[in-house]
Amino acid sequence: MALLDVEDLSVTFQRRGQRTVHAVDGVSFSVDAGEVVALVGESGCGKSVTSLALMGLLPRRGAKVGGSANFDGTDLLAQDQRSMRDIRGRDVAMIFQDPLSSLNPVIPVGIQVTEVLVRHRGMSGDAARKEAAELLDRVGIPDPRRRLKEYPHQLSGGMRQRALIAIAVACRPRLLIADEPTTALDVTIQAQILELLKELVRDSNTALIMITHDLGVVAGMCDTINVLYAGRVVESAQRRELFAAPRHPYTVGLLRSIPRLDAGRGEKLTPIPGSVRDVLPWVEGCAFAPRCNRRIDACVGAPPAMVPTHTGHSYRCVNPVPVEEKQ
Amino acid sequence: MTLASGQKKEKLDRLGELAAVRDDEQGVSLWRDAFRRLRRNPAAIVGAIILALFVLVAIVGPFLVPYDPAAPIGVQDGVVRSGQGIIPGPSSDHWLGYDHQGRDEFSRLIAGSRQTLIVGVVSTLIGLTVGVLLGGLSGAAAGLGGRWGRWVDNILMRIVDMLLSVPGLLLAVSFAAILGPSPITVMIAVGAVSVPIFARLLRGSMIAQSNRDYVLAATSLGVRRWKIAISHVIPNSLAPVIVQATLTLATAIIEVAALSFLGLGTQVLGQPEWGLMLAEAQQYLGIRPALAIYPAVAIIITAFGFTLLGEAMREALDPKLRK
Repeated sequence: MALLDVEDLSVTFQRRGQRTVHAVDGVSFSVDAGEVVALVGESGCGKSVTSLALMGLLPRRGAKVGGSANFDGTDLLAQDQRSMRDIRGRDVAMIFQDPLSSLNPVIPVGIQVTEVLVRHRGMSGDAARKEAAELLDRVGIPDPRRRLKEYPHQLSGGMRQRALIAIAVACRPRLLIADEPTTALDVTIQAQILELLKELVRDSNTALIMITHDLGVVAGMCDTINVLYAGRVVESAQRRELFAAPRHPYTVGLLRSIPRLDAGRGEKLTPIPGSVRDVLPWVEGCAFAPRCNRRIDACVGAPPAMVPTHTGHSYRCVNPVPVEEKQ
Repeated sequence: MTLASGQKKEKLDRLGELAAVRDDEQGVSLWRDAFRRLRRNPAAIVGAIILALFVLVAIVGPFLVPYDPAAPIGVQDGVVRSGQGIIPGPSSDHWLGYDHQGRDEFSRLIAGSRQTLIVGVVSTLIGLTVGVLLGGLSGAAAGLGGRWGRWVDNILMRIVDMLLSVPGLLLAVSFAAILGPSPITVMIAVGAVSVPIFARLLRGSMIAQSNRDYVLAATSLGVRRWKIAISHVIPNSLAPVIVQATLTLATAIIEVAALSFLGLGTQVLGQPEWGLMLAEAQQYLGIRPALAIYPAVAIIITAFGFTLLGEAMREALDPKLRK
């Protein structure tokens, strides 16, 4: 059994006088120890909401969470706030997108690193400071003792993200959720941060859920990839399989809209027209149909089901892209 | 007072940092950054100089006054007969002349500064303390407390609203009337007026901070809610409150004077206080209007100093003006 089994996760946002929004609509996936699983999709597809739901960080009013998330025997979605607080940071930790706003601007970095050590590992004073310095050293921050005394704005962007990662891995969590960890960073720094994450996962056998819109990030480090569209998984496959033979038109669209160095001079990028519909997208058939160039009559009416294949590759499409057609 | 202790803390911080890391040249925290911008603002310098003089006078002035501010020298010497409308003006011996009881006006003005400073600062501290407690509790409850928190917040804020709905001076007068006239009454009354302002300000600031990413990040690490409130949210929410405290000092001084003027303040015989001096001078406006002008000018200059510094601090700490 996998370390984390997410089964039919759904999140709906309800506000009086407004239409209910199905942000996540029956997402299922699983993550094993030492495995890197990606949730990929464009803005509004529900990938961040999925991560917040798993962490129990969604607002208690207005957000309704359904389904289950079995984490080593405990259902993360069924925990009350008190026990969830003990799990967060210790067993499951999260790395956020913007390292500057995720660090408290008026407190030295050191205190923010030791805070979690004090909270979950019962360390105090000198021991915590020593451990914090070691953590910063481990994530590749030079001169950690000095950095501990500095404020977030005195660190560079990459350094801040490293510090944030140090805080997240401080208690050696078994599951890490990285929500767009490289989006706010320079391209050069991005590669370093991804390398660091890969290393941490390999060394400590941590499971990592990588949330990103960037297929480049995914190609570099993820084992399994789940492509999300409008709150549902539309394609799920091993990395090689997905890049070699994408079946869902949306995945193909995503791949075609990435600039490639090996593309010919005259070749143009093909953007996907339109944007995600946010209200009940899956009720009247495939949510991607209005933007799809392979739309057929069967797309409208009933929502398509996941089609499994013998390789573990599955897709949610009634008119999938044939394998040969991939360029 | 706030300024003096702020500078001292600044200095201690700096020393501590220098002792710890020598090569750290750009150790600029939020406050140090703001302080640097303050120093470049002429208004802040003027305000700080006024306040420094005021504090200096309040501390050492009473020891240096040429005459006992409570002694009716003029009457004893027979030069002041206020009943007959004779109150001599400035002379080389008595720089600002006598008051209606034959006391040296200059000495009274100097000695009065201490009373004004003490009452002003203490009343602001009272308001600040109670306001921060109320606002902090309310803000923490509203921002992080869930359903119960909203209840706590609602109840606290309705109490604050009640205080806020009564005009400041009326509130102060009612407090003074209940507690009986004394300097302590004045402090409590003037402090009570500023409680709702501090409370509302801190609460609003805390709620805004509660939605920031670093709070979510701290929550995602399992940090307890009270710890988040105390060590993350409040330190980030205090800037506007501190600015408000400086500005409140200005109004507190004016309000203290107003309460004294209404006869609800210092009743210790002969002890000078600017508002009281103003009230006493009222009867002799026709004979010696200057007696009212001196304390009035003193009050205005002091309040002006606090306001200048407060506004400059507001600018220096304004996140919109920060790069």
